[in-house]
Amino acid sequence: MTQLIWNGLFVGSFYALIALGYSMVYGIIKLLNFAHGDIYMVGAFIGFAVLSSVGVIPASMSITALLIVLLLTMIITGGIGVGIEYLAYRPLRNSPRLAVLITAVGASFTLEYGVSAIAGPNPKVFPVRLEGESFDFLGARISAPQIVLMVIAVVLMLSLNSYIQRTSMGRAMRAIALDPKGALLMGVNVNKIITWTFFIGSALAGAAGVMAGAYYGKIDFLMGFIIGLKAFTAAVIGGIGNIKGAMLGGLLLGLLEAFGSQWLGGQWRDVFTFGVLIAFLTLKPTGLLGERVTERV
Amino acid sequence: MSPLLEVNELQIAFGGVKAVNGLTFSADAGEIVSVIGPNGAGKTSAFNCITGFYKPVSGTVLVDGQDITGKRPAAIAATGVTRTFQNLRLFPDLTVLDNVRGGMHLYGGQNFVDALFHTPRYRKSEAYYTDEAHRWLDFVGYRGGRGIPVRNLAYGQQRQVEMARAMARKAKLVLLDEPGAGLNHSEKRELLQLCRKIRDLGAAVVLIEHDMSVVMEVSERVVVMNFGKEIADGTPDEVKKNPQVIEAYLGKADEPAADEAKDAAGRAENPDGGKL
Amino acid sequence: MSENVDTSRAPRRIGKPASRFSRLFESKQLGWGAFVVAIVFPFILATPYAMNIGTTAVIFILLASGLNIVVGYCGLLDLGYIAFMAVGAYTSGIVSKAWDLPILFTIPAVLVMCILAGLIIGGPTLRLRSDYLAIVTLGFGEIIRLTANNLSITGGPSGIYGIPGIELFGLKLSDSVPFYYFCVVVVSLLVLGSARLGKSRLGRAWRFVREDEDAAEAMGIHTYKVKLAAYIFGAMWGGLGGMLFAAHLSAISPQSFVFLQSALVLMAVVLGGMGNTRGVVVGAVAISLLPEFLRDMGNLRYVIFGVVLVAVMVLRPQGFWPSRAFEVERTDGESENADPGPGDSVSPAKGGTL
Repeated sequence: MTQLIWNGLFVGSFYALIALGYSMVYGIIKLLNFAHGDIYMVGAFIGFAVLSSVGVIPASMSITALLIVLLLTMIITGGIGVGIEYLAYRPLRNSPRLAVLITAVGASFTLEYGVSAIAGPNPKVFPVRLEGESFDFLGARISAPQIVLMVIAVVLMLSLNSYIQRTSMGRAMRAIALDPKGALLMGVNVNKIITWTFFIGSALAGAAGVMAGAYYGKIDFLMGFIIGLKAFTAAVIGGIGNIKGAMLGGLLLGLLEAFGSQWLGGQWRDVFTFGVLIAFLTLKPTGLLGERVTERV
Repeated sequence: MSPLLEVNELQIAFGGVKAVNGLTFSADAGEIVSVIGPNGAGKTSAFNCITGFYKPVSGTVLVDGQDITGKRPAAIAATGVTRTFQNLRLFPDLTVLDNVRGGMHLYGGQNFVDALFHTPRYRKSEAYYTDEAHRWLDFVGYRGGRGIPVRNLAYGQQRQVEMARAMARKAKLVLLDEPGAGLNHSEKRELLQLCRKIRDLGAAVVLIEHDMSVVMEVSERVVVMNFGKEIADGTPDEVKKNPQVIEAYLGKADEPAADEAKDAAGRAENPDGGKL
Repeated sequence: MSENVDTSRAPRRIGKPASRFSRLFESKQLGWGAFVVAIVFPFILATPYAMNIGTTAVIFILLASGLNIVVGYCGLLDLGYIAFMAVGAYTSGIVSKAWDLPILFTIPAVLVMCILAGLIIGGPTLRLRSDYLAIVTLGFGEIIRLTANNLSITGGPSGIYGIPGIELFGLKLSDSVPFYYFCVVVVSLLVLGSARLGKSRLGRAWRFVREDEDAAEAMGIHTYKVKLAAYIFGAMWGGLGGMLFAAHLSAISPQSFVFLQSALVLMAVVLGGMGNTRGVVVGAVAISLLPEFLRDMGNLRYVIFGVVLVAVMVLRPQGFWPSRAFEVERTDGESENADPGPGDSVSPAKGGTL
């Protein structure tokens, strides 16, 4: 039981990191960035490339090395996110939603198969594997790497939250989310904020990618597809567009999934998750923390 | 005979804000009723509620004695209600004719089997759609191209197409939400004629309008709204003299709405003159 | 509708009067031309490889014309369209093997299952906003594939094999050339069907919903039912495509129904020109043949697809061969004085479902 809860929370913190990017972008420009899950995948591959080029890293240094790689990857994936926004989404800012969604699918496709063309279609083994002792805590087996990754994830989320709540940039983001035209009239540089949002969201997804690579040890070019869908599910559960909701939704989805696969069997895990997504969208499309929006005619 | 449209104690709320708060009014067949009031008085919200786009908190809407409160817009349209929108809501990429055919969806005479096999029934109903679309475009006095997408039309022509589409519904109750907005003077003259023509078909015409010259000239009855409720209901002359209406429009001298109202009142005195 | 829907009317260049050249492409004989090309093809090239590619392309055209109903006509983005093909393929495979039936006898079962699938997928989700719908269909696509992968009736990961070929009036069409012809005829009819649906009352209702859902509602169009109808027609087309696919390969497995396939069908529709049957057919032929020519490039070809998809949306969102909103102006005499009234007697019987 505690084991399930722990596993759920652990996986959930990954979902939460990716869901944040989904939710931030959606909150600000009402765009479902399909390519977001693939940014996570790209992050894992960048981490892989950097670590492989460095060579053998002694086990004692692995956490330091990981942190450096993490930072580097976040900057690069952030840049990629900004590039995608600039090339693919910005020209379509005022286009019908269908066109933007199709563009997002195209961007996702480009990333997936671009990586597979560069790195090859076969799964890669991550050069650094976090290892450490595990110990029992209230009947759950918890390993040191899990703790490390969990701490990193929590630190990232907390700093994002205070960034959005405390800084002027964060205030501008919230303003655009509430009323883009009003924000523009009040002198907010909307393009700059959108760029930043993509940067932060993509950086977080890239971080999650490196962490997942380091933890699971294996990466492939389609790894972002399912996790992107799940992160979206997490964002919907929490209330899409809501930052705290995305974190809550991620953790909750991790827990639901842990219990669901215990109950139905591991092979039904993803079916169960998508079932949860559909149920949520049907019954409570605003999510747990989302606000009800009255649609104007 | 009961009125064609009866709105009783209608209330609509948006997250605690009562946009419409106990509105009551009615309209008879063969009558033009204008709904006026300061910005934010809840006129468009009331329209959206009558046509089913908003769900009321309480109150009832009856059309021809039939309770339509809270039904979905399509069901309300089917009972014989049609409308235009404040900011044109056409089907921009479709042709003028197709837009007008949109109003005739409920007059079918064909189903998908007819369409798949091009049965005589299909041909007959398509011909009917086209004839009717042309006739309604003639009815509203539309003189532009008819086989081209509406997005290429001038604004005034788009208004006419929307009107033709609304009329093609052949409804008993016609709701026009600011049909004169953005029209020039001669276009407004045509609009007045058109409203009368629609009334003469036997329909009840309810319009929201800001241009007092239009309102005072064309309406048989005027309903004045303020703060989500009707504050006066009567002939144009009665309403003009009503002290509550004057207060609502002129209010305290420093309110921004006051200028607009003065303008409006000025124009009302001088129906043909107002610069538009 | 929220704010950004109202502003979402990009200038599209579909209203230009047709030039002589492009009017040639609008001509009615074009469909026959394509049909003749498809008929003649085996006389030019009848190698098993060419027949295989040709049959696949023809089935792909069917899928694209089915998805065109959903995406092109009705404007609903379906990212899990291949799920309907999977439902059709598995239904025909399971039914024909379980009762030892000729595969054509499974058509009723295929249609019923696809209608059910359309209702199950569309029922809860078509009330949602369009972008939620896209991602939910993506989820459904995965659910169908994973379910096929997990159940034993569908043969698990290895799928179903030994599905019988087509038999017509005691004539076996299992050879590659006759089977190709069979597919060409069936698909031509279905493509014609989808084009005709597009030009009917129901097809116009789909377009109204795509253009402005609220305005469509206000005109008495039950938008939910209309969208569901688009979904169901799309599902049936996809299911029949699945049946042909099963008969063609005689073996199916979950691997055939991955997201990549959904994305490819979508690409065919988008690149060809959403809502225009001819464009979609051309798009489908291009998308299904190009990978054959680009086989040496490996996965790089999909990168190109992705980039092209983005580029088309940015530079030419209406596709290469857009549907052109254009009708001939009135030719008969004007009927100025005939003002129709609300209780007009010429109106044909009111109603007719859909």
